[in-house]
Amino acid sequence: MAVLTACSLNVVPATSDFKPGRRVMLHGWGGAAPSAAELVEVNAADLAVAVKNLPARGGIARGLGRSYGDPAQNSGGHVLRLVPVHDDVVVDDNACTVTVGGGVSIDDLLAIIVPRGYFVPVTPGTRFVTIGGAVASDIHGKNHHREGSFGNHVTSLRLMLADTTIVTIGPTIDPELFWATVGGMGLTGVIVDATFRLIPISTSRITVETSRIDNLDEVMARMSESDANFRYSVAWLDLLAKGRHLGRGVLTNGDHSTRAELGPRQHAHPLGFDGKQIASVAPVIPAHGVINRLSVKAFNEVWYRKAPRFREGELQTISAYFHPLDLVGDWNRVYGRQGFLQYQFVVPFGAEATLRTVIERISAASLPIFLTVLKRFGEANPAPLSFPQGGWTLAIDVPARSGGLSELLRGLDSLVLDAGGRHYLAKDHQTTAEAIRRGYPRLDEWLTVRHRVDPTGVWASDLSRRLGLTLTNRDT
Amino acid sequence: MQNALQEPQTIVLLGGTSEIGRAIVDELVSPSTRQLVLACRRPDEAQPERFETASLAVAVEHFDAADTADHEHFVRQLAECFGDLDVVVLAFGQLGSQADFNDHPAAAAEVLNVNYVGAVTASLAVAGQMRRQGHGHLVVLSSVAGERGRASNFVYGSSKAGLDVFAQGLGDSLAGTGVKVTVIRPGFVHSKMTRGMTSVPFSSTPRQVAERTVAGIRAGRQTVWTPGILRYVFMVLRHLPRGIFRRLPLR
Repeated sequence: MAVLTACSLNVVPATSDFKPGRRVMLHGWGGAAPSAAELVEVNAADLAVAVKNLPARGGIARGLGRSYGDPAQNSGGHVLRLVPVHDDVVVDDNACTVTVGGGVSIDDLLAIIVPRGYFVPVTPGTRFVTIGGAVASDIHGKNHHREGSFGNHVTSLRLMLADTTIVTIGPTIDPELFWATVGGMGLTGVIVDATFRLIPISTSRITVETSRIDNLDEVMARMSESDANFRYSVAWLDLLAKGRHLGRGVLTNGDHSTRAELGPRQHAHPLGFDGKQIASVAPVIPAHGVINRLSVKAFNEVWYRKAPRFREGELQTISAYFHPLDLVGDWNRVYGRQGFLQYQFVVPFGAEATLRTVIERISAASLPIFLTVLKRFGEANPAPLSFPQGGWTLAIDVPARSGGLSELLRGLDSLVLDAGGRHYLAKDHQTTAEAIRRGYPRLDEWLTVRHRVDPTGVWASDLSRRLGLTLTNRDT
Repeated sequence: MQNALQEPQTIVLLGGTSEIGRAIVDELVSPSTRQLVLACRRPDEAQPERFETASLAVAVEHFDAADTADHEHFVRQLAECFGDLDVVVLAFGQLGSQADFNDHPAAAAEVLNVNYVGAVTASLAVAGQMRRQGHGHLVVLSSVAGERGRASNFVYGSSKAGLDVFAQGLGDSLAGTGVKVTVIRPGFVHSKMTRGMTSVPFSSTPRQVAERTVAGIRAGRQTVWTPGILRYVFMVLRHLPRGIFRRLPLR
């Protein structure tokens, strides 16, 4: 017999009256290229009304706006924000799964499930993403090499289609639509809720092994030989280091701590969870931001030096290990008015030379680049638009106004695509429709499923227009 | 859609044969640009092949700046055929000759009708489309001639003065709609419009105007002086007593 527990979310009780939207400017986490749309906040009960009301330019669901580019913008159309309701989290202790509303954030979810001894199967570098967004972007985390991306753990989900019917889909129920929705950037419908497996944990701490490594080759070698032994593994690189220090970095491997590993103080609250922010970046930032080569170089140097050469058995909290940037609210503001973009790509194993060339070119361009994330991916899942595939992924934050950036990134695009790699739609804000078509050879398969469930193009976003993922006005 | 680097997919040049306009297009085109529309009165002179590449389609459309009644329809047609209009460059304009205006005052009406009235109706039509699509960037070619009336070109100058004020107000009225307006104020530019005229200090080439314009667009500026020093030159000139200003060698 299933033991189901509905858990109370700390949210405003849902009202049933449907409010029309208001015109707002929306942008992604990178802050570049905002556009205007009608933002409609709606709870699941009124979702059908909101979908029926969509104008000619259609609609797209938006979570917490943590995608870096434009997938949660729909200029001139509607943007739907699914408001969480208080019984939106239901834990099934027997099956070790949870059913969560699409608008609920991982932050809210962790506050409920960690004290009960569970962890999410995949967490990105921020807790402030919604479950709908996690599925639509098929997010990955530090455990991808062992456990794959978010979609791998979803057992079923409920999707509102363009004609306002709600379908239940999963890896065994209409798998084509399920896998088109995983990584489908919200362009198949609105994810009402999702049921997915949880990781049982006995403590809320992570046992971490940290290594400071002086150059890229060694970082990659150490990562390759060590990550199979750890559930979580990621390396942060300093791309401002040159010469023989090129690509120096800090490798952190970790796993959930057992009770035996806890110290006496932590034993009192083995499953305590505290996800507060300690600071926030004020909205008063110079137009050009505070990011420049000097400030970033100094930061990277300090950060590299403070890491131990080697340390094992260190206990870290969930927030410190998985979500260090969440400690500072609105950190994206430091890039100033023009915003920034994150360039994330994957190249298959065997294309290490390409990865090195990319890193050399970025280093030579002398851009003000903060720490860069390097990770080894495990196998891809069956979703045609899912980003992860076996290989190396690198993510770089760079101010959008940097001189020569367009030429640099076009060059990198070619290198990545020629090596059989691709770009992450949840991060992309600069590449071309051709680059996406080359990187995702199963795009047509995805378009066929989309056409089946949304023949008139109700779901649309700035991303889908920019990258030709949906029909444009003139084709309809 | 424009991307994070402010690179447009679709560019429309109103005044498709304008040398400055074409130089701006050259500078604006990126690998993300899929469609260019050259809209002009004499489509046979548009030379679309100058811009065509494997990834950039170029269309030539008949557009008459003086046919103000047609502008709204024209812009709606553009959006229907080419989708969202990411950047529209309004570059048409006539200089005319002061001697002509003196002999035939009606000739001045023609210049004003193109430079001001036509630019206003075309801009309003474009602004309407961009408001509907929730994003877009309108680039309006004004002139420093609109900063202060001069004996040599006050009909042209007054048309640009009107357009400049209009475009500033239009830009402000569009705040919060996702639509941006950038006003370009070039000084003397060596182009076919000014062929045979004596150059004045701080003159520039269409290419120089284009580089500054596109840098200004990408930086989100509302006003671009080209060359940049003219901003300060005109701060002074604007306040010179008429008697002195009249004697300055500004042809």
